[in-house]
Amino acid sequence: MEMAVDKTQFHVLAVDDSLIDRKLIERLLKTSSFQVTAVDSGIKALEFLGLNDDDDDEDEQRDSNSESISSDEDQDHQDLGVNLIITDYCMPGMTGYDLLKKIKKSSCFKDIPVVIMSSENIPSRINRCLEDGAEEFFLKPVRLSDVNKLRPHLMKGRSKDIDFPDRTRSGCLISTGN
Amino acid sequence: MERNPMRRQLQTMRKSLFDQGHLDEQFVQLEELQDDANPNFVEEVVTLYYRDSARIILNIEQALERKPFDFNKLDAYMHQFKGSSSSIGAKKVKAESTVFREYCRSRNGEGCMRSFQQLKKEYATLRRKLEAYFQVARQAGPMETACRPK
Repeated sequence: MEMAVDKTQFHVLAVDDSLIDRKLIERLLKTSSFQVTAVDSGIKALEFLGLNDDDDDEDEQRDSNSESISSDEDQDHQDLGVNLIITDYCMPGMTGYDLLKKIKKSSCFKDIPVVIMSSENIPSRINRCLEDGAEEFFLKPVRLSDVNKLRPHLMKGRSKDIDFPDRTRSGCLISTGN
Repeated sequence: MERNPMRRQLQTMRKSLFDQGHLDEQFVQLEELQDDANPNFVEEVVTLYYRDSARIILNIEQALERKPFDFNKLDAYMHQFKGSSSSIGAKKVKAESTVFREYCRSRNGEGCMRSFQQLKKEYATLRRKLEAYFQVARQAGPMETACRPK
């Protein structure tokens, strides 16, 4: 069976410890035609990316995905197909800010755009996140109009690999060129 | 057609929820995410909210039984509750959560207890009204007006 892959379909990794907010962000993202993987902690997010929590050694991310996390995306060498990470700020253990720092410190994943969400409007918090590499900061509850702001950040990254063909799960070559 | 009176009733119930301040614009945002592929999205989210709320309310109740009050813990629980209430558009419940948190910050135990009683009342009222609303919604069938236009 031929699998048609939308050339503009992006994969977003959503991180939030609240079950309700995870359901909401997942629906918002899918409504906007994003593929979504939703996890409930920064640790699980790093696991999914293949980054060990203790170090960001490049070799670590060649390990296979954790099976407890569901995702439609085909893994292709270093490219786990995550095009954007959207994370809650306030989470037990690793905060969204901690996660942001780890991503930006990683040689493999530092170019993945990271967006932070928070229910609290604290300017110093917002500025710190933006200064340390977050693309956007959304106040919760997140709306469709916020999610619509994501695509430009993703298009920026995608244009780099537009000449390279994508592979579907069945191995068929699908061109991503315009 | 027999559906129409049910839909009218549903619209009246819905309007009342907004007019009485139980729900805010966020609830409309949820309705707009509902479509043919996800026809029960709003009710699913609200059902998760009930479950989540029951858990948090129990935690707060237990925390209020321990003296002296751990205001940081109480505040943390209420932060969660406020967040989920906000996500479904539970306006009055969210407002009362804010009051509770202010009492936590000013270390006012009496205030916390009073506010918590009020919060439980508001939550119970909201839940009762929403359950009635969804019961009618199920009987009325799909409401095109509440769905996102294609």
